[in-house]
Amino acid sequence: MHYTFDIERGNFTDAGQASSSVKRTLKQLGVDPANIKRTVVALFEAEINAVAHAYGGKIDVDIDGEKIVMVVADEGPGIPNLDLAMQEGWSTASAKVREMGYGAGMGLPNIKKNTDDLKIDTKVGVGTTVTMTVYLT
Amino acid sequence: MKIKEIAELVGGEIVGAPSDDEYEVVKAFASDLMSDVLRFSMDETVLITGLCNNQTMRTSEMADLRVVLIGRDKQPDAEMLELAEDSGITIIKSKYSIFKISGILYAAGIQPLY
Repeated sequence: MHYTFDIERGNFTDAGQASSSVKRTLKQLGVDPANIKRTVVALFEAEINAVAHAYGGKIDVDIDGEKIVMVVADEGPGIPNLDLAMQEGWSTASAKVREMGYGAGMGLPNIKKNTDDLKIDTKVGVGTTVTMTVYLT
Repeated sequence: MKIKEIAELVGGEIVGAPSDDEYEVVKAFASDLMSDVLRFSMDETVLITGLCNNQTMRTSEMADLRVVLIGRDKQPDAEMLELAEDSGITIIKSKYSIFKISGILYAAGIQPLY
């Protein structure tokens, strides 16, 4: 199964809709609750990151019997130093993002913790693509 | 502790999804930082927060929270209440400060997350 969602820059009213929709789908498919939790937490973190930092983007989710692959691709500033971004507590979030309760520098580390495979392709001035895989078996 | 007991202890009002009278709350986590809420298991946990916006509900949904206690007399708007109902999350809103709410619940036997 394949699902696609759009990401709109700075839209914190709708941010999380994609993750919410995926959560409902996984529940309907009878996926184990622990796997649902780590899947949607990772996707939600990536979705919030894109809303907070990028100029727009797209989420693609593929679900089969063995795994869930989520690709969050944005057009945006990119991540100049990925090693720093993977460190807990490092953040470039704006005041607005922090007002929404995010921007603590825990997003990427938390994605890594909740997924079985994480790949980040980023180019400064172009954008970032985060590919996350959760194995169901 | 039942959700309605918690609401009574903090002089709170229940809004959002109807209170599940069977649901037992054992622990509490107090945070305005949603990033931190996503880092921990929230089983049998009430989130105590002063952050009152859509993202409080979205984060709670992803964290599998069933009950959120909003302090400092913050008022959830219609959109937030709709999100809570859709996600089956009961909101308790209280006029008390987060510190006071936490103290009351701790004294009544609610455990910290860690």
